[in-house]
Amino acid sequence: MIQNLHVRKKEENRFSLNRRQRKLVTSIVAAIVLLGVVVVGALLDEERIATNLIARNLAPSFDHLFGTDWLGRDMFARTIMGLSLSVKVGLIGAIGSTSIALILGMAAATMGRVADRLISWLIDLFLSVPHLVTLILIAFTLGGGFKGIVIGLVLTHWPSLARVIRAEVMQIRSAEYVQISKQLGKSKGWIAVHHILPHLTPQILIGFMLMFPHVILHESAVTFIGLGLSPHEPAIGIILSESMKYLSAGMWWLAFYPGLCLLMIVQTFDRIGENLRLLLDPSKSND
Amino acid sequence: MRLEAKNIGFRYGNGPWLFQHTNLTVEPGEIVGLTGPSGRGKTTFCRILSGYEKPPEGKVTIGGLPIISKGMHPVQLVFQHPEKAVNPRWKMGKVLNEGGRPDLELLDLLGIEQEWLTRWPGELSGGELQRFCVARALGAGTRFLIADEMTTMLDAITQAQIWHAVIEIARKREMGIIVVSHEAKLVERLCHRVIELH
Repeated sequence: MIQNLHVRKKEENRFSLNRRQRKLVTSIVAAIVLLGVVVVGALLDEERIATNLIARNLAPSFDHLFGTDWLGRDMFARTIMGLSLSVKVGLIGAIGSTSIALILGMAAATMGRVADRLISWLIDLFLSVPHLVTLILIAFTLGGGFKGIVIGLVLTHWPSLARVIRAEVMQIRSAEYVQISKQLGKSKGWIAVHHILPHLTPQILIGFMLMFPHVILHESAVTFIGLGLSPHEPAIGIILSESMKYLSAGMWWLAFYPGLCLLMIVQTFDRIGENLRLLLDPSKSND
Repeated sequence: MRLEAKNIGFRYGNGPWLFQHTNLTVEPGEIVGLTGPSGRGKTTFCRILSGYEKPPEGKVTIGGLPIISKGMHPVQLVFQHPEKAVNPRWKMGKVLNEGGRPDLELLDLLGIEQEWLTRWPGELSGGELQRFCVARALGAGTRFLIADEMTTMLDAITQAQIWHAVIEIARKREMGIIVVSHEAKLVERLCHRVIELH
């Protein structure tokens, strides 16, 4: 009996991974899921969400996994396409915002006191107003649509990351090896690229990963209230706001599945970012 | 090409003067010791000489001309803590070549092994790192070397090896050296003359 137990334990050990490896595996799986959503969403053609008035208001079944809406459109295809669009918007928004944060953070820390004052003031200004309010304002001013919402997202999500980068650069700038580099005749630009940038990679990567879900949720929120993407596009925010009217008629699946999928995508990205942070941070490498 | 510091004074902001009217002349090939109790501005004076700090008073010249701030500074400073003087995200090969490619003879003299060049700074000991810092400071354009407590934290054997190498190179290149140290024996042994900072 005891021997039996022992043998089984040994067998389990052969396949068990340590926590670091497990984090790496979950991150890769999560990345594949995200990529899959984008690819499938891009491959699905418009015919899948064509109106089919014979198959209206069907509850979820094996023919229509997420049911159909009041125009007979397959909700599964709509949801996947919506998610794909959301991921795309999130990616553009997060990349743009991260770039702004990097440029402004570096500029604040290296271009003298006046630039620092100005940029710090700008950061405080943007942080003092909730994201969503500025985002709505910018998206509305630019006339909504894909362009408006993306520019709005890019212009509103950078401040906290910019602040982190500024602080980090200030710390590295005063390091001895940077001062030595200056005395060895290296230019400011060379020092920024070779000395400072390598130290910022983890901050940038993780800032980007954590910004992504924010961006997606805000995109959906703005689209939900009708200031974002145009109604004929299959965005999650639009699906949710349209199905609001039909919820009271008992068609719960119209909002339930798309909302759940959006939450899952956001959660997946958040998980990747969190894992990356733990994997890259030297002081947390043993957790 | 002598290094001259004339009438140097230093203070932080509008605080009291740390030192004033300080003069120093170092001839090429000369080794000068600089001693004195802690907190009297030895390191600050060295930082002024090597261009890390701008003095509020006085000026530093080489061969009678002010030092051009662009390009490699002819006066190079080696710090006390090599761990802080090396970028932890660079491999040692890149650290070594930052101020130009040092020749193999110099590396041999300092006891730097080729194998170390592919390692990260965290994988070398303090003494090994300090050799890299010395090699980096001894670039082609260096006319004067300032060793600010350069070997204080090293064991006697490593100290001897590094100083042997540095002195040999200084003799060959007619390079002046300023040695800052609390160790009276070391300063006495190395230097042609010793200046005490009060």
